[in-house]
Amino acid sequence: MSAKTLYDKLWDDHVVRDNGDGTALLYIDRQLVHEVTSPQAFEGLRLAGRKPWRVEANLATPDHNVPTTDRDSGVEGIADPVSRLQVQTLDENCRIFGITEFKMNDIRQGIVHVIGPEEGATLPGMTVVCGDSHTSTHGAFGALAFGIGTSEVEHVLATQCLVQKKSLAMFIEVDGKVQPGVTAKDLILAIIGHIGTAGGTGYAIEFGGEAIRALSMEGRMTLCNMAIEAGARAGMVAVDDKTIDYVKGRPFSPREEYRDQAVAYWQTLHSDTDAQFDKVVRLDASTIRPQVTWGTSPEMVIDIDSRIPDPAREPDEVKREGMNKALAYMGLEANMPISEVRPDKVFIGSCTNSRIEDLRAAAEVVKGRKVADNIKLAMVVPGSGLVKKQAEEEGLDRIFIEAGFEWRLPGCSMCLAMNADRLEPGERCASTSNRNFEGRQGQGGRTHLVSPAMAAAAAVTGHFIDINKL
Amino acid sequence: MMEKFEKLNGIVMPLDRPNVDTDAIIPKQFLKSIKRSGFGPNLFDEWRYLDQGEPGMDNSKRPVNPDFVLNQPRYQGAQILLARENFGCGSSREHAPWALQDYGFRVIIAPSFADIFYNNCFKNGILPIVLDAELVETLFAEVEANEGYRLDVDLEAQTITKPDGEVIHFEVDAFRKHRLLEGLDDIGLTLAHADEIRAYEEKRRKTAPWLFQ
Ligand code: SF4
Repeated sequence: MSAKTLYDKLWDDHVVRDNGDGTALLYIDRQLVHEVTSPQAFEGLRLAGRKPWRVEANLATPDHNVPTTDRDSGVEGIADPVSRLQVQTLDENCRIFGITEFKMNDIRQGIVHVIGPEEGATLPGMTVVCGDSHTSTHGAFGALAFGIGTSEVEHVLATQCLVQKKSLAMFIEVDGKVQPGVTAKDLILAIIGHIGTAGGTGYAIEFGGEAIRALSMEGRMTLCNMAIEAGARAGMVAVDDKTIDYVKGRPFSPREEYRDQAVAYWQTLHSDTDAQFDKVVRLDASTIRPQVTWGTSPEMVIDIDSRIPDPAREPDEVKREGMNKALAYMGLEANMPISEVRPDKVFIGSCTNSRIEDLRAAAEVVKGRKVADNIKLAMVVPGSGLVKKQAEEEGLDRIFIEAGFEWRLPGCSMCLAMNADRLEPGERCASTSNRNFEGRQGQGGRTHLVSPAMAAAAAVTGHFIDINKL
Repeated sequence: MMEKFEKLNGIVMPLDRPNVDTDAIIPKQFLKSIKRSGFGPNLFDEWRYLDQGEPGMDNSKRPVNPDFVLNQPRYQGAQILLARENFGCGSSREHAPWALQDYGFRVIIAPSFADIFYNNCFKNGILPIVLDAELVETLFAEVEANEGYRLDVDLEAQTITKPDGEVIHFEVDAFRKHRLLEGLDDIGLTLAHADEIRAYEEKRRKTAPWLFQ
C-alpha cells in the first residue's frame, strides 16, 4: 500500500462512490447547523417533500443573531425583528424535522465551532460540515471539516452526502519553539502573511511540525479556524494523545464499549512518513513575533515591532492599489509604528479565540490592571454557555469586570456584527476574531486582528504593544 | 433544481479590486432574510449606496454612490462581471451568488476565485471563469476603453469571444459543466445512489460503530 497523507486517509474512508468524472460522493458524519445559512435549505427540503436522511447526524444552535446582553425574555425578547424571525425559524425547523438543537437559553448554546468539539460532536476521523466557512476549525481533531453553501446544507440534510472533488494537499510545517507571548493566533497570522489569502486556494492544508505539536487543542482549533483565511477550505492537524484526551468523556464521545476500537482507529490518523504532498511550506517558529493586522485582509499583517508598510515600495500595481485603499479605509499612514495605533474598542471572542484557554490568557494580562481611558468599550464574549460557566468558576469574569470589561453572553457578537454589537463608522477595534474585511464589524469599522493576550494588552495600555513589554 | 446556463452575450462590468469578499458582495444585515431571492438591490450595498443599508428599506429612495461602477450608466444591464484575484473570499454565504444572480450577473471572470464561492456559483446558474491574470488585465483595459463592451460566452464550447473576434478558451470541470448545462437537480442525482449510501452506512456501522451510537 502506498503512503498516504492524513487527508488521503480521511477522504478514502468517506467515499461512498467514485462518480468517474473526477468527483466522489462523500459521506458526511456530522453537520452543524446555525440560523443564518439553514432556512433556505429547510425550505428546499420542504418544497421537495424530502426528509433528513439521518437526523441524528445534525446538531443545531443559534449563534450569529443572538443578543449578548439580555436574554431574560427568551427569543421573543430579541429586539431586532428580522434577527428574531431567523432564530425562531431555526427553532421551528429543528422541531419539525426532529434535529437536536441547543436553543438560545440552553447552557450548551454557543458558537457552532466551539460547541461541536466541546460536546464531542466533532471527533477524529469524521467528516464535519456546516454552512459556515470557519468549519475548518474542526480539522484540529484530525477530521475533514469544511464550510459549504446553503444548497449543500440541503444536500447533506437530504442525502448525508456531498459531491466533492478532491483538493490538492499542502503541508505547512512550523518547526522550532515559539518565543514568549507568541500564540496559535500569531502563528496562523504569520502563515497567512507568508502564503497570502489565496495561497491555500484549491488545497487542504495539514499543519505539522514541532510548534504545532506543542499547541493545545484550543490552539490547534485557532490555527485550523483561519485556514480558510489562507484560502483553504480545510485545515487539519494529525491526531495525538492530546486529541484523544480532549475528546474523552464528552457527551457525544464514543460510549465505553466502543472506546478502544475508536482510539485504535484514531491513532492511525496522521500522514505516513513518506507521504507525498503537492506543496510543502516551512516556517521557523522561533522567528515569529506577536502579530497585528494593519489592513483590510488577513494577509495585511506585521510584527508588533514593525511599521505599517509603504505602498510606494510595492512593485505590483494591483497590490499597491489594494494597499492604498486599505490604508485609506483604516485611516492609517504608511511607515507609522503599529504600536502607536490606538483602538477605540476591544473585542475578545469569536470562534477563533473564545475558548477557556483564550479567556485565561487574556485574564492573565488584564489582572490587576484597568482598561485605558481611550477605550470606549472592551468586551469579552465567551464562545459557549459552558465556557462562560467554567470561566466564572475560575473567577475570570471578576478579573475582566474589575478591569472595566463587559462580560457578555455567548455568541458570534462583534465578530460580524449581526446582532447589536458593532463598531460605529470610523471606530477602530483590537479584535481576536478572524476577518478584518471592510465593514465586517460594522459599516466603516476598522479591525485589527490580534491574539487574546495582545487584545487584552491593547485594552489596558490603550495602544498595541508587545505583550512581553507590558 | 439548479438553474441552467448555456450561452450568453452580455455587457461587461469591471470591478477593479482584488480580494472582494462575500461580506462586500452582500453585507451581513441582509443575511437575516429566510428567503433566497430579493438580494439584488443590496448587491455591493456598502459601495453602491451612500447611506447605511438595512433590510426593509426602499432602496429606490436611497442616495447612490455615483463613483461606483454599478451605478454608472454605461454598465447598466451588465450580465458579466470582470473581477480581480481571490474573488468571493470570506464567508460561505450562498447569499452572495444569490445577490449576483438576482441583480442579473450570469458570468464572472477573474484570475482566481475562493473555493466555496466558486462552488456556490454553479449551484445557482452562474458561470465563474478563471482566466490568466494577463488576459484579465487586457480585458480590463478593453472594457474601460470601450463603452458598451460585450463578450460572448459559450459554455458548451468553453469559449469567450471578444468584440474583435478573438476567441479565448477557458477550462471548467467536466462534471460542473454538465450539471450547469443541464440544470440538473443535485439531490435527485445523489438519491439515485441511495442503495450505495445505505451500503456504505452498513459497512461503517461495523468499522466505526461509535459514529452511529
Ligand atoms: S464567530 Fe465569527 S467567524 Fe465564527 S462563526 Fe461566528 S460569525 Fe462566523
